[in-house]
Order: sequence, then structure tokens, then C-alpha cells
Amino acid sequence: MASAPPLSVSSASGCLMSDDTDRQLRSILGDVLGLSADRVAAFDDATGLFGDLPELDSMAVAGLLTEIEDRLDIVIDDDEVDGDLLADFGALRRFVEAKRAG
Amino acid sequence: MRELALVTGSGRPRRVLVVPALFEEANKLRRFTVETMRRLDAAGIDAVLPDLPGTNESLQPLATQTPEGWRAAMTAAAAHFGATHVLAIRGGALVAPAALPGWLLAPVKGAGVLRQMLRARILARREAGVEETQDALLAEGRAHGLELAGYRLGAGFIAAIGALEAETTDRMTVTPELLQGPGLWLRAEPGESPAQADALAAIVAVGMAWEAAP
Repeated sequence: MASAPPLSVSSASGCLMSDDTDRQLRSILGDVLGLSADRVAAFDDATGLFGDLPELDSMAVAGLLTEIEDRLDIVIDDDEVDGDLLADFGALRRFVEAKRAG
Repeated sequence: MRELALVTGSGRPRRVLVVPALFEEANKLRRFTVETMRRLDAAGIDAVLPDLPGTNESLQPLATQTPEGWRAAMTAAAAHFGATHVLAIRGGALVAPAALPGWLLAPVKGAGVLRQMLRARILARREAGVEETQDALLAEGRAHGLELAGYRLGAGFIAAIGALEAETTDRMTVTPELLQGPGLWLRAEPGESPAQADALAAIVAVGMAWEAAP
């Protein structure tokens, strides 16, 4: 496999980035919600966030977004933030993955 | 102007002025802050936690406060209580007295404090169907003051806070990694961590012992 084509190299690094986003988002959500690593590891794409977690009020969401920006080195515009973005874990992860790719 | 302060210990040669975190983070970190003071007391170190004017038990209105006024109040408290060191928590680092050596726990820039509060307001209003922008809110705030995350801040406060940064000379910055746990200010709801309070008090106590060593 010494002569692997560039395409598979780039898709491999894409997977790593995606794994890293997933791991970091779980870590941040654990820190914000005060949950253990086991609890956040059990999150799946359909795990509800905003609307399902009463403690995620506007101040907590602002803190969550700021922490995501700091740890993942992205900038999230205020007008990108709505209920859909934080509807569930899958929506948040896809948004952050797109930001990091782009 | 009289303000209340929580004091642990008395009459010992080493006294730490604790400058609290700001706004919502002050609530989230109050227990952690006081738990740290109790541990300092057990280690033979006095600690003083004053109210920032316009917050907690203060008789003053919040809307007339400025960051410079808060720094002046903390400087006056340091002199009144004879503080030898300062421990400033998060945004408290922005209003710590200029001259005291000490520690800054995860200090934030004023711009970051302001941005997060503006964002919280924008998100809350969006839920109510009202669209606002940071630029427009800032312009309004600098002219007339602004209510952010439930805090009524005056024009002088809004105009000044964004440019502030912590004074780090003679001060050690304590990161969450050093406390070996995620910052309790990140929590959506107030939490506590005896282990982190142990770690912060130990850093302060060891630093003072090192300083006092011949």
C-alpha cells in the first residue's frame, strides 16, 4: 500500500477530523451539562439538546457556542444559530464538521 | 461607600483578596470560590471576598458601575483588609487591583465577556421572534446602556469593558488543566468540585510558601 492514491489519503484525514469533532463535542457537552464521559458517550445523533434539556437556556447556549469556537478554532456567526442547529447532537455535529471543513 | 465582604480567618500575615467572577459566572462559581477560601483558611491563609459594587448585597445600583469603579473598589478593599496577594477568578481578573501579586484563574478578556453576553441576549430575543445584531446592540449600549442576560449595565460599563485585559505581571495564570477538571463556569447549572477547590488552594498555598522560603 506504499503507493496509495492521494484520494484515499485525503479521505482518511477527513475521517480523523470527523472523529475529532465528535470526540471534542462530546467532551464540551459533558463539561457544560455536568455529565460523565459514559453518559455523553451514549449520545447518538437523535439525542435532543435545545428544547429537550431545560438547563440549556440562552446564556448556557452562548457559553456552549463560545467553548466550541475556542476548542475547535472556528467562528460561529450569531445568525447561524437557531433551534435547528441545536435540535439534536447529530445536527450540531454536522454543523461543526462543515465549519471545520470549510 | 460601604460594601460587604466575606472573610475567612483573621490576623495572619498572609491575606488573599479574592476578586469574584463576573455576572452569571459569579453565581456558578460562588460555592467553588468560598470552598477554596475555606481550604486557604485551613492552610493558615486569610481570605477576603468583597462584593463588587452593584452586585450581591451591595446597596449601589448596578447601572451606574464601571469596570474602573470596580477596580477602585477592589483596590480600596485590598487596602482596608491589608491584602498581601490577589486571587482573581475569570472576569474578576479585569478589575483586580493593579499592584498585588497573585493568581488569575482562567482569566478572560473583556471582549469575550461582552461578546458572550451579547450573544445570549440575541439568542433569547430570537426565540421571541426579535432579530438583533451585536453591532447595533453595542452602539445602543455605548449610548444608553443595555440589559444583558438580566444585568442592567450602564453606557460607561459597556463602553469600557470590551477593551480590558488582565494584568499578568507578577501573577500566575491557573488553567483548568492545573485544576485537573473542566471549569465549573462552563456548567449550564451551578456545580461544585471539592477536588478543584483543593487544587486551587494548594497552588496558592504552595506559591506563598515558596515565596516565603529563605
